[in-house]
Order: sequence, then structure tokens, then C-alpha cells
Amino acid sequence: MSSLREPWDEKRATEIIAENAGHEGPTLVILHALQEAFGYVPEPAIPMVASALNLSRAEVYGVFTFYHDFRKEPAGRHVLKLCRAEACQAAGGDALAARAEAKLGIALGGTTADERVTLEPIYCLGLCATAPSAMLDGRVVGRLDEKRLDALVAEAQR
Amino acid sequence: MKMRIYVPRDAGALAVSADDVVAALELAAAKRDLPIQIIRTGSRGLYWLEPMVEVATVKGRVAYGPVSPADVPSLFEAMASHGPHALRLGVADEIPWLKRQTRLTFARCGVIDPRSLDDYRAHGGCKGFERALSLTPDAILADLTTSGLRGRGGAGFPTGIKWKTVAQTSADRKYIVCNADEGDSGTFADRMIMEGDPFVVIEGMTIAGITVGASKSYVYIRSEYPHAVEAMNAAIAAAKRGGLLGMRIGGSAHHFDLEVRVGAGAYVCGEETSLLESLEGRRGIVRAKPPLPAHKGLFGKPTVINNVLSFAAIPFILDNGARAYADFGMGRSRGTMPIQLAGNIRHGGLFETAFGVTLGELVDDIGGGTFTGRPVRAVQVGGPLGAYFPRTLFDTPFDYEAFAARDGLIGHGGVVVFDDTVDMAKQARFAMEFCAIESCGKCTPCRIGSTRGVETIDRIRRGERVAENLAVVEDLCNTMKFGSLCALGRFTPYPVMSALKHFKEDFGPAPTRLQAAE
Repeated sequence: MSSLREPWDEKRATEIIAENAGHEGPTLVILHALQEAFGYVPEPAIPMVASALNLSRAEVYGVFTFYHDFRKEPAGRHVLKLCRAEACQAAGGDALAARAEAKLGIALGGTTADERVTLEPIYCLGLCATAPSAMLDGRVVGRLDEKRLDALVAEAQR
Repeated sequence: MKMRIYVPRDAGALAVSADDVVAALELAAAKRDLPIQIIRTGSRGLYWLEPMVEVATVKGRVAYGPVSPADVPSLFEAMASHGPHALRLGVADEIPWLKRQTRLTFARCGVIDPRSLDDYRAHGGCKGFERALSLTPDAILADLTTSGLRGRGGAGFPTGIKWKTVAQTSADRKYIVCNADEGDSGTFADRMIMEGDPFVVIEGMTIAGITVGASKSYVYIRSEYPHAVEAMNAAIAAAKRGGLLGMRIGGSAHHFDLEVRVGAGAYVCGEETSLLESLEGRRGIVRAKPPLPAHKGLFGKPTVINNVLSFAAIPFILDNGARAYADFGMGRSRGTMPIQLAGNIRHGGLFETAFGVTLGELVDDIGGGTFTGRPVRAVQVGGPLGAYFPRTLFDTPFDYEAFAARDGLIGHGGVVVFDDTVDMAKQARFAMEFCAIESCGKCTPCRIGSTRGVETIDRIRRGERVAENLAVVEDLCNTMKFGSLCALGRFTPYPVMSALKHFKEDFGPAPTRLQAAE
């Protein structure tokens, strides 16, 4: 996944900001676009956004840190998100989350030392009738059991 | 003649390998040199049968499910020869679980191609919009009031009054905003309708624009729903080409634009004022009301902000008449509710029905109990802010007031079933923990009370001064309930207090809990 990401490039960031600055209330749109390009929102981009939108750095940084989605550093090559909300808890999600943590040797929120896999909790994928569910790099997976989870973890580690 | 096969592209179907089934179907067709046409639909909402594959026959669409890629060769044989198959479910419309529903809002979901405006029109779409163009705003508002429609996001505020307030407020610009930040666990109706029949949402929003005099609108979709974002964007493009959006819509003098905005993983942005802040590009901090969004909403302008399902209910009301909608339901809850059955349930999915069905019917009869086969112990209704109901309250009818009378809420219509292995103290702790993670931080009771709640429940679970600490939890809940601005702080006490009230035996050191379970 990260192989598709561009390395940080100030000129490219300036372009992305300019492309999206015309929207009404553009801050989130710009942050999403930056993360889409670079895989995270590099710190030097924050004052650039502030300057383009005539906001203070603090305001932009405040927006950036408020939302769970925005990353301040790149994720692992693959991101495995496990739904940890009630419907998946009811369907055995707690044990599966513990199993994934043990298999990868990291806690939810962490990235493996080889930077291959980032494991994250997500609060509801809306797949509550095919629970427990997960998302690997944008691909959704439902009706997880130990076997399906193990396959998913192995795929992420490859 | 080409065999027409329907396979859902709904995320719930994709999660159980619908794409692999499509690939297997194409392979099977190529091997037999039989021409087929695969149409990707939304889901009918019978998720235990997904991926559900349908084939067009003279008798109607015949369904098979749940289909795995390995089933496809034999399935293909059966479809081509109209022969028997172990997975054959019969004509889709006749499946009892579907037939006993009243699908007004979800009539087309799982049936049509959600990217084709022509298909939408062919199935009765756009008629509400066309009728709205022939009416005065006052006449539309009268219809809406007569229909009794209340906001489907959870608060249940009368939609007609909300729209009327915006219509009567003069401003140089007004906005329509669709709240598609469906963050409640156990709910997926917004996702399903956006993926399966996005035009009905667009049509409802367009009617809102005509009624209140707004020409710009947004649908704010949570980032956890990439498939819904894609489906809405495709539908918006088709609606622009087809004259449902853009300049002079439907040949009238109205202009109406719609843009998708994607959230960034903040649950609190499902709260309407927090969502508006987020749309404006700020932290999703809740606003104090008044001013109401209807007076000062997005960018300070009068704004209609409604849930996806509220907008999606509008075209039926305009097309079939307000009475036809209001004839369904009970008390002050009129019309139908798309109820979502989820969690540990045998027959999980989307069940749209008139208000008044009891919780017991939903869970035991329609839902078929748990998929683990163990007894149902608790049911959480209305998402993470909804109360846990024990079996003794299964006679509660699905109705805003009936649930409120029993210290619960129907919220967005999610029903999450738990079997007897659930630890209710753990669930109460989770409610507090979730609130602590997602609190926007504006109100002290919500921001700090939730963290104190987690700590105190931990003490109770360790058996430390249980009675005193239970009193602390109760006190925290009261402070949060009465001292917070929005539903997150005000309603987090519901799951906590209901767990305490109905499942008290779970609150204590672990050995007590185990003894109680034996």
C-alpha cells in the first residue's frame, strides 16, 4: 500500500492544497487529499495549509489532531482494522482482536517492527449483520472466525 | 437470450466474497459459452443469505444463497436449466422474511442497479420529485406534516416543522445537509440505502431544496463507508446527467447541487451541530442551541439537516400521499422504520416495518434468536447510546415513546443481540470508554465523567467497595445526563444505567458473577 504513496514533496503539497482550497470549508478536504497522496499528513504541510487558508497553525493543527483518521506518521505497508464496536463484540470480536494482537505481537494501534502491518480498532464498519468484521487496506471482510482471521493476518504479513 | 444475473455490490455482500462469486460466474459462463449479463445491485438485506444471487426467469427473479464461489458450477447448471439446487430460495419477492416487511423506503434496495437513473425511474423513482415541482412549498410542507414523519437519525423531531422553520427564515443562501455519519454500532441502513438506492436519497434532498429554497447541499458520509462514498458519487454524476441535479432541474427554474463530503473518523460528528462544524472545516465540537441549525446552520445560514433515512422517506410521501405513509405505525410514531438486526443473531439484516412491532418479535421470531444457539440475554437498541433490554422487557413495542418510557431509545433503529455469555459490567465499562474516546471535550461531564466512569466500573469489577462505587457511577450518570449539551454525554448513561438496573448480578468481583451465571 505504502509503495503507492509519494514521498514528501513540498511542491506537490502546494499543488494539492491549491487544487482543493476552492471548496467551502476546505480544511478536511485538503487534509484528506494530503494523506491520500503521502500516506500521512507530514508536519511541514500544516503551516502550508494554514497560510493558504488564512488560518493560524494552531487552528489547522487542532483540526488535524481532532480526527482519528489523520496520521502524523506513515502506517505500515498494510493496515488491518478490526471492528471493536458492540455488534462485533456480541459476535465474538473480543477474542479475535486478542488473537490478532498475539499473532502480530502488537497491541491495537501499533505497527509491527518490520513496518509491514498496522493493526487498528475501528468503531463500526456497518457490517453488523455479518459480524465480526474487519477491513484490510480498504477490502471488507465479514463473518470472521479464527480461520478467516488467521488468513487475513497472514495476508497482511506478506 | 442472455441470462440476467443479479449479484449485490453492497459492502455486506462484498465482505462475504460477492466479488469472488461474480468472478466464478463469469468463468462458468465462459466455460459453457453461455452469454450472461451480471447486474450489480444493492443488498435486499437478508445478510445470512449473502452473497445472494438472483437470476431473471419468467416467474420473476429466483434467488439462491448463501452462495460461495465453490457452489457456482452447480448453481450455474441449475440456473441455466431451471433445475433444483440446495441453495435455491425461490422467487426473491416471495421469501417470507422479505414478504412480511413493509418496504416503503427500501422498496428498490437490492432490486435496481444503483448506478442507473433509468432503472430508478423504471421502478417508480422521481415521481415524488415531479409532483413536488407542481406544488407550492406550503403544500409540500402540509404533506410532510400530515405524514407524521419524524427524524430517523434518532431524535425523532418532526421533519415538517424543521423544514417549515427553514422555509420561513429569509436568507441570501440556504443549505440542505444529509447526515450520513452513521456511527452507531448495529446500524447499517444508511449505508445500505446509499449503496443500494442512492437516488432516493438524492430525490429526497432535492425535494427539500425546492421546498425551502436552497440550491446547495452536502451529504456528509463517514470515512468508514468507502463503498457508500463511491456509490453516492456515481449516483450524483448520473443524476446530473439526468437532470435531477444541476441547473434547471426537471425543466423547472430550480437549481440544486449536491456534493459528497467525507468524515474523518469522529463519532461525535453524527451530532448535527458537530457535523456542521466539521463540514465548515473545523474540529467537530458541538454547538450550543439555540440558535437552531434551521436558523443559523452551515456557514451561519438556515440549514435543513436530516438523516439519510429521513430524506429517503420523502419521495414515497410525495408520490403516494401523506396519508398512505401515516396509515402505518402507532401513536405518534407514524410510517415505517427500517430496523437493523445485528450482532449475535441468526437472521440478521434490514427489516423495514410499521412502528409497533415488539422487541420480542424482532429478536426471537424475525431474528430467529442467536447464531450461537445460546439463549438471548441482552439486547441493545439504538446504538452505543441506547439501553440494554433484558428479556422481561421484550413486550416493548418499537415506538419512540414506548422505548423512552422504559428508559431506552430506538435511536437509528439498530438492535444488537447478545447471548448469555455477555458480561454486562464489561459492556457498561465499554459505553463509558467509548464516550471517553469520542467525546469532543466541550462539556466537562462528558469529557471527564466518562473517564471517571471507566475507572469506577473497574473498581467495582475488582470488588472494591462495590456499594459506594455503584453510587458514584449513578451520580456520574446523572451529572452526564443533565449536564451535557449533546446526545453523546446525555445518553451514554443509558447503556450504563440499564446494565446496572437489569443485570445487577454482573456488577461485582468476578467470582460473584460466575456464581450468578451458574
